[in-house]
Amino acid sequence: MSAFRRSAFLKLWGMPVLLGMLTASGLVAGLLGDGWWDLAALAGLGLPLLVAVWHIARSA
Amino acid sequence: MSPVSLRRWSWIHKWSSLVCTVFMLLLCLTGLPLIYHHEIGQLLGNEVEAPALTAAQGGAAPPRASLDSVISAGQARYPDKVMMYMSQEADEPALWFLTMGATPTDPKFVSIAVDARTAQYVAEPPIEGGAVMAFIFHLHVDLFAGVPGKLFLGLMGLLLLVAIVSGVVLYAPFMRKLEFGDIRHGRTARLKWLDLHNLLGIVTLVWALVVGATGVVNTLADVLLQYWQATEIAAMVKPYEGQPPPARLASMEQSVARAQALQPGMQVAFIAFPGTPFASAHHYGIYMRGDQALTARLYKPVLVDAGTGQVTDQRTLPWYLTALLLSQPLHFGDYGGAGMQFLWALLDLATIVVLGSGLYLWLKRGRAGAKARTAAALKPAPEPALAREGEPR
Repeated sequence: MSAFRRSAFLKLWGMPVLLGMLTASGLVAGLLGDGWWDLAALAGLGLPLLVAVWHIARSA
Repeated sequence: MSPVSLRRWSWIHKWSSLVCTVFMLLLCLTGLPLIYHHEIGQLLGNEVEAPALTAAQGGAAPPRASLDSVISAGQARYPDKVMMYMSQEADEPALWFLTMGATPTDPKFVSIAVDARTAQYVAEPPIEGGAVMAFIFHLHVDLFAGVPGKLFLGLMGLLLLVAIVSGVVLYAPFMRKLEFGDIRHGRTARLKWLDLHNLLGIVTLVWALVVGATGVVNTLADVLLQYWQATEIAAMVKPYEGQPPPARLASMEQSVARAQALQPGMQVAFIAFPGTPFASAHHYGIYMRGDQALTARLYKPVLVDAGTGQVTDQRTLPWYLTALLLSQPLHFGDYGGAGMQFLWALLDLATIVVLGSGLYLWLKRGRAGAKARTAAALKPAPEPALAREGEPR
């Protein structure tokens, strides 16, 4: 894969993959324990939503 | 993406979504109050709470009544009924919930709450949280059609998974010329909603996949339990074949003490009485759970001879029931406190927007427009003037 193709791929899929991994780790963290684990779960599930809200607010 | 595969994926996305969207909207709308069913139950006064103990009853350590007297309290209230189940919630050790019926498989069972410390009758909570919550619950779970209704919703859930995957495939051609999160205002409403559909769809992707897939697994619960009863429970009670059921039931207090001695550190989640699907005609099925966040979700069944009170078998659950039990919290969102409940509700609302905008995009999509869009998408977008808005580029 050339550098150009790689950067095009990252531009398209970078954020979706990052947000997907955040969500997945949030879902698992909540199952593994309470307390700090629950906070990690909130961060993992909440950050993607914040990103969406930020983009919607930015464009409004 | 080649023209043919773009057309194919568009077709898959359109039809898988169209068929399931109405049901998914129903599931999202009914799921919202179900996320908060405990809180709603408390507001409606349908949640049972353990009464405060008097100074004389209390003391240094909280008292604990014998399980036999807890059962007697239920039988005193319903002398004509037999015990079906008794259960305890992990966060409320002061209450036992007794399920009793005319027979061990009575569909018109009653549910009674008994104080686990004093063996006093507490309340008879409404079945399924009262009429309103029961209505919402059935709309969400089985459309009032029992196991076939569940399996039908499971099929709709599978279509949702197909729609999500095909939506991700289509995300690439639609977003190639855009930055992540771009929402194009000022052209047409359709274009704005297309961008919102893509943004919210890709942001909620993993959550929707997990909640959709675990929902599908939950629709298989009855089938999986029946399979387990026909195989493993049948094997556990094989030695009792041909024997008459015990005339007198052994002490539950002693039976549970023996089960707990074998499984130190585990608590009773629920007990199935002889003749119910979770036991046999000869056994108590005592289902233990762990005390850690993860193990509290998983059950360890211990079979106790209901005549002698001796443990006869204990097993770990097969993988498919472990998968079922682990899929429940991932579907309900009830494992991370109030913050997670709130995020679950927000993600549910975002999914409603994705479903609604998808429907809108389809309604606003003319037949001729669709053809032109596909045709334009196949060209390497030579000049902006030819590019129709909202088509994949």
